[in-house]
Amino acid sequence: MINLLRFLHKHHFVLLFLLLEAFAVFMLTKSSNYHRSVVVNTTNDFAGEIFSIGDNITSYFSLKQANEKLAAENAALRNKIAYLSILEDTIASNKPDTIYHYLAARVVSNTINRRNNYIILNKGSADGVKPDMGIVSPNGIAGMVIGVSKHYSTAMSLLHKYATVSVRFKNNDQLANLSWYGGDYHYATIEQIPTHILLKQGDTVVTSGHSFIFPEGIMVGTIEEAYVTDGGDMNTARILLSTDFNRLKDVYIIENQQRMELDSLTKMHTNE
Amino acid sequence: MNKGILGALRLIGLVLLQVLILNHIRIGGYINPYVYPLFILLLPFSIPGWLLLLAGFSTGLLVDFFMATPGLHAGATLFLAFMRPSVIRLVTGTREPENASLPNLSTMGGRWFFAYSITLISLHHLFLFVCESFSLLQLGSTLLRVILSIPVSEVLILMLVYLFKPSRK
Repeated sequence: MINLLRFLHKHHFVLLFLLLEAFAVFMLTKSSNYHRSVVVNTTNDFAGEIFSIGDNITSYFSLKQANEKLAAENAALRNKIAYLSILEDTIASNKPDTIYHYLAARVVSNTINRRNNYIILNKGSADGVKPDMGIVSPNGIAGMVIGVSKHYSTAMSLLHKYATVSVRFKNNDQLANLSWYGGDYHYATIEQIPTHILLKQGDTVVTSGHSFIFPEGIMVGTIEEAYVTDGGDMNTARILLSTDFNRLKDVYIIENQQRMELDSLTKMHTNE
Repeated sequence: MNKGILGALRLIGLVLLQVLILNHIRIGGYINPYVYPLFILLLPFSIPGWLLLLAGFSTGLLVDFFMATPGLHAGATLFLAFMRPSVIRLVTGTREPENASLPNLSTMGGRWFFAYSITLISLHHLFLFVCESFSLLQLGSTLLRVILSIPVSEVLILMLVYLFKPSRK
């Protein structure tokens, strides 16, 4: 016993280091494998408030740009209304229910230079935000909510190891999965595209709507280049993302109002 | 001023500088400077080992708290704290410094502080970026981030230390 205590005393520096490091690695792996775990929900109102203070100061510098962007978006939406109102009468008889509900939010913190990037938004559970809701910018998709506190929410950016999005090539309706492998935040990658699918530079990539997180047809980006991989069987495409993650400010949180119903259907299907 | 209050103010200042300003620095997607480890670098020589380790762990955890990365910065800063006594012995030359109680610029000199800080910052960054990517597949891009980020962090740390250099009494 005395020897044990003597040993512990002699090597307490190394032992304490190993103990704390093991604890750190435990937290880290837990959040990596299962990013919705309780530990990663460090979404908290305190950190949100601190980021808000920073945002309140810096947002004044980009007010003009923000206004221009919103004005442009307004104009585009007005055009769409004008166009749709012509069609409205003809489809009024079989109008579908609106499945998706949009909630405007503001980015209070955002990173782009890490391997796994997170966005913090100024809307939380009090505003009806729940995990697994999609985030879109006026230009395209941006991420998905993974944790909420009362007034803030944390979202996994599209620039994240675990953010894989189901997408579709607009001109031929082929499905694919888009991921981000780090490095330049302008570009994401689509792998495993069968070679018979023709890929042209500039082709548009949109969301497929299969994940229930994003509505169908939201802009993701355009093909920058495509090259053959896997011994000639598959193509890989480099996608220029339409969202400028470096200037993410005003975004929309998308709620799928039939999410519960769809989830229970999928669950039934997988239980069989 | 009380040393404890000064230390607490230094910690708060460095963490706020890190999460509000430096985390928004984006140069080519590869450079992420981290200056908050300066808090551990500046702790007195006489600090007990266990306290040094706990300080490293909790400083990192505080940064993790703001960055939604539980354990990442805690692990890296703990590693830095663990290596600090060895690095001090290495750069001072086999013995503990006799005529100084604080490892800062005015007591130890510019060359000593540069060698001391860049060694520890490099170890911290290497640990941090490797743990962050958590994969050997992207080792090349991870090492590039380490190599590009170290000089930027080091320059910022030296600037801070010069800026807040205490006047000799």
